[in-house]
Amino acid sequence: MQAQRISRQILGGVALLAVMLSAHAAGTIIKIDGSSTVYPITEAVAEEFQKEGKGKIQVTVGISGTGGGLKKFCRGEIDIANASRPILAKEMEACKKAGFDGTSVISGPRIGPNGVEYIELPVAFDALTVVVNPKNDWIKEFKVEELKKMWEPAAQGKITKWNQVNPAWPDAPLKLFGAGSDSGTFDYFTDAINGKEKASRGDYTASEDDNVLVQGVSQDVNAIGYFGLAYYVENKGKLKAVPIIAKGATKAVEPSLGTVMAGTYQPLARPIFIYVNAKSMAKPEVKAFVTFYLKNATKLVKEVGYVPLGEQHYDQALKNFNSKKLGTGFAGKNEVGVLLDELLKREGKL
Amino acid sequence: MHSVQKIIARNKLADGIFVVLGLLALSIGIGTLLALIVDLALHGAPRLSWQFFTSFPSRFADKAGILSAWVGTCMVMLVTAACAVPLGIAAGTYLEEYAPKHWVTDIIEINIANLAGVPSIVYGLMALGLFIYQFNLGQTVLTAGLTLGLLILPMVIIATRESVRSIPRNIREAVYALGGTQWQSIRDHVLPYSMGGILTGVIIAMSRAIGESAPVITIGALTFIAFLPPAPLQAVPPFVSFEWITSPYTVMPIQMFNWVSRPQEAFQANAAAAGLVLLLMTLLMNGIAIYLRYRFRKRIKW
Repeated sequence: MQAQRISRQILGGVALLAVMLSAHAAGTIIKIDGSSTVYPITEAVAEEFQKEGKGKIQVTVGISGTGGGLKKFCRGEIDIANASRPILAKEMEACKKAGFDGTSVISGPRIGPNGVEYIELPVAFDALTVVVNPKNDWIKEFKVEELKKMWEPAAQGKITKWNQVNPAWPDAPLKLFGAGSDSGTFDYFTDAINGKEKASRGDYTASEDDNVLVQGVSQDVNAIGYFGLAYYVENKGKLKAVPIIAKGATKAVEPSLGTVMAGTYQPLARPIFIYVNAKSMAKPEVKAFVTFYLKNATKLVKEVGYVPLGEQHYDQALKNFNSKKLGTGFAGKNEVGVLLDELLKREGKL
Repeated sequence: MHSVQKIIARNKLADGIFVVLGLLALSIGIGTLLALIVDLALHGAPRLSWQFFTSFPSRFADKAGILSAWVGTCMVMLVTAACAVPLGIAAGTYLEEYAPKHWVTDIIEINIANLAGVPSIVYGLMALGLFIYQFNLGQTVLTAGLTLGLLILPMVIIATRESVRSIPRNIREAVYALGGTQWQSIRDHVLPYSMGGILTGVIIAMSRAIGESAPVITIGALTFIAFLPPAPLQAVPPFVSFEWITSPYTVMPIQMFNWVSRPQEAFQANAAAAGLVLLLMTLLMNGIAIYLRYRFRKRIKW
């Protein structure tokens, strides 16, 4: 008798499990993941987009970093990847191989016969800002060469005083604050200043949390640091942004909305991207979301403290999206000082 | 005579010194904790409002809330409990009551004790490989619950064993004397009597799981999610739905972490408020543990 009751209970449990698993298939969720730098923008767009659609289409945004996001993207797990740098050659390779298991092609909802194909869309600028303490009275501008002298790997343990970089500066300890080596900010800064990605001295205060760097620089007269423009804009009272003189240039350019948009703040301004899975584009909700993204970017990007692209760039990006212009314009490597007009028209490579 | 007085005086001095040292040690612990809580409360309390609990994350700090985070945390905790409690109690009881005592069980015991000390990120990595890539469970509430369940399983097993062991031998012998089986003695006596201790252990383990962020980040908890999972109870048959366990989710520590790293200062207040809520959730769970222990102790009649 009791055995019967127990077996009935087990049967019931199994039935429940079956119902539960079958219910899983439905639902329109747009899945986005990737860079923490791009995150605030995508979050803002997702927030507005869901408000517009009264929550019918659901959007989720994760933060796995640019590399982590692209890894998921190339496995066909997400629809859109947030990226603070262009897709790299080895990631392009992974996207191409997606679905190929030995000889057979496994197709998934986001994987086609050619693996994962994608459209590259720039969505905003991220301007790295070099800051010093507001009480610092000897720094008015930096040459890229001077920054290199401070930050290059050879400086490690040797350049420890301001006057070692420039004799005109005081004999005071040089306190460096910079991005942690896992962030896209670090990659771009080292590329733009030291000439080689990830080549940096190691003896500085590093943090992935930019607020820690803000605190550090704001409390030490001898400090210098770098991070995204948004963190400077929010902490203007505590920091002083330093204008930069690019290699070969004579005039110092300060980081601001105007100079970044005009393309004169070089070499520390970079475009940031979203990558859209080409197969996901067939889904009307993804298409609607990306269109909404590009159409409302100017306003939303400013609201979260980033620098928007020009209207003409968003228009061109939307055209590229609608005509399904596949591939990346970077051919698998990072590039300093890229011009958007030209980038958007480049031949895409998968 | 004089020398005895001297010895006593010296011992009293040592006694006094220890009291001062002990008090100092205690105040360092309590002081840091209090400072932390007060700081959190000062920053976060102004943000605690009905709106904060019923809003989704937003790019505007004053409109943002923790709705998806606290709902996500509660659901993940439900799955965690449903997975770790039966497994843990059964395993612990078996080890204590049935398992023969030889070197195999010794090894198992040592391993369980060690597992309780393994860093949580290791569980996250294991879950990523096992639940997500092998079993294809996806980045869902189910995965998170199972992962945290595994994380606290050793703690539940240890708590179960400790409290089962504390039941006097003669209770069991009385059952056997009356012709009862071992299972009957466990079901009707050992487990009910040790339930207070077991539940305390379970809830303390759960309060550890609730604050974990490392393993849930590895298995893909999301940061922005502005919808709730399907409700577990529905108006149409079959009334109960388990769809929520396959839903994407976020949890409180992740929401907090995200706010801490935002450039706008206003988000720091949100982070503090979320921290305060998390702290209250933990306190509440510990309170329940104390209450349950009290209730179960009262029911024991021997």
